[in-house]
Amino acid sequence: MALSMGPSMSNLVIENISRVFPAVSGGSPTRALEPISMTVGDNDFVTILGPSGCGKSTLLRMVAGLDTPTTGRILLGDRAVTRPGPDRGMVFQSYTLFPWLTVVDNVAFGLREKGVAPRERRDVSRQWLERVGLTSFADHYPKQLSGGMQQRTAIARALANGPDILLLDEPFGALDNQTRSLMQELLLGIWERERKTVLFVTHDIEEAIFLASRVVVMSARPGRIKADVAVDIPHPRHYTIKTGPEFSALKARLTEEIRVEAVLAAEAH
Amino acid sequence: MKPLASISGPLRIILGISFFVLFLAGWSYATFGGFVSKTFLADPLTMLDDGWQLLTKHSFLTDIGVTIWRVIGGFILAALVAVPLGILMGTYKPIEAFLEPFVSFARYLPASAFIPLLILWAGIGELQKLLVIFIGSVFQIILMVAVTVSQVRRELVEAALTLGARDRGILGRVLIPASAPDIAEILRLVLGWAWTYVIVAELIGSSSGIGHMIIDSQALLATGQIIFGIIVIGIIGLISDFLFKAVNRWLFPWGRV
Ligand SMILES: Nc1ncnc2c1ncn2[C@@H]1O[C@H](COP(=O)(O)OP(=O)(O)OP(=O)(O)O)[C@@H](O)[C@H]1O
Ligand SMILES: [Mg+2]
Repeated sequence: MALSMGPSMSNLVIENISRVFPAVSGGSPTRALEPISMTVGDNDFVTILGPSGCGKSTLLRMVAGLDTPTTGRILLGDRAVTRPGPDRGMVFQSYTLFPWLTVVDNVAFGLREKGVAPRERRDVSRQWLERVGLTSFADHYPKQLSGGMQQRTAIARALANGPDILLLDEPFGALDNQTRSLMQELLLGIWERERKTVLFVTHDIEEAIFLASRVVVMSARPGRIKADVAVDIPHPRHYTIKTGPEFSALKARLTEEIRVEAVLAAEAH
Repeated sequence: MKPLASISGPLRIILGISFFVLFLAGWSYATFGGFVSKTFLADPLTMLDDGWQLLTKHSFLTDIGVTIWRVIGGFILAALVAVPLGILMGTYKPIEAFLEPFVSFARYLPASAFIPLLILWAGIGELQKLLVIFIGSVFQIILMVAVTVSQVRRELVEAALTLGARDRGILGRVLIPASAPDIAEILRLVLGWAWTYVIVAELIGSSSGIGHMIIDSQALLATGQIIFGIIVIGIIGLISDFLFKAVNRWLFPWGRV
């Protein structure tokens, strides 16, 4: 879309980020995240895999600027993240379309905030709706859409804004298996064409492998990075790779890694 | 009857009407059967006849018009002040901390208790009637609007922030549209209460309006007229409520699709 001027600077650097939530009435403080460091390269698709409660959402919210780290810092390109901004698009775990706006106006929300002229706003939004296959629902209200359609709209809304990095927090967590698979293919298709930098949180092992070029495995709470596994399956990826030997080997390995953590998490609760 | 099971449209209407029929039957039985004295309770036919007399000979329509104008005038004044204040209170915590204790206190002051004071200050003219309604409505609206705005889903605000919205955008493009249907419902509710304030205001020190007619009729023991007046208030309330609902549905099609 937009012409890049000089070398792109959307490298995400996470340096010693930790998060401790203050104690609630007499209890002890919650250590949600131990200091962790990682980088997400330009145009990379990184998934973060971890058991429930290990601090995945907390990490993503800090990258988005919606939460402040207790220690450490986050850099996007050469700028430190201090507050939310349109350079980091986010798709949330729960449905967050604006119910009073139609689908096309939802997608155009960020453009309008930027002061883009109505005509261009509409063109760009329609273009993104086409890419997520929702052209015929442009004038519907969110309530009239299924869960999968709402999340597709949310993805279009985040991407229409032209962010440097796309953050997704278990966006398909509430969908049934078939829909979830289709959505994974759709998202991957968009990424293969756009090559946006993506940070994708999930607790689904197959999803983590299928989408990513790197899977970062997190430990049970307090979250730490336990493994960082490259996925060298070439693109474009077809869903049939999920039954291939390379995929199965990765799956077996990650299943073992995450199982230990899930057991620990279960014991802790 | 099953808990929460819905019923068909026609049955709903029939049931709704049958209560009115039963009520009318009970009233007719008590009055025409001679079980209560005519002095205390007029029968339905006398009531209708009295009502006709009021409308044709005593320009009751003017009274109705005056009362409606007072309610709407006072209510609009209250809404113009209260809705923006409530939105600001719900949005900005320092404003809430500043105003909330006073508004919560003022809300429990009965509007009718202010009438003697307002008569001293503003006489018995229109201003005093408007002020009674204003005082009765304004604090209620402020508080309810503030609560509604502060309860807008956090995730919607956060989504807007990640899309590049700044303070003004959050207020104007998220908090206000998100709470607009509830604010409209609050106004509908409070308008209903405003009707009770206006009648009280007209019962004391007034020379026109439905309340004034009712207090005059009491002196003449004209219970038919009193009942007719009360029924007129009910009917106007019903109509205004219906209109308000229709406007709300038209303004916020996304709420109930
Ligand atoms: N605002 C908060 N106040 C206090 N504790 C919190 C808060 N938010 C999260 N936590 C705690 O931090 C830990 C990590 O939460 P987080 O939501 O990041 O987990 P998660 O990995 O996203 O889990 P899930 O997969 O279930 O979404 C949890 O133990 C949670 O109780
Ligand atoms: Mg989460």
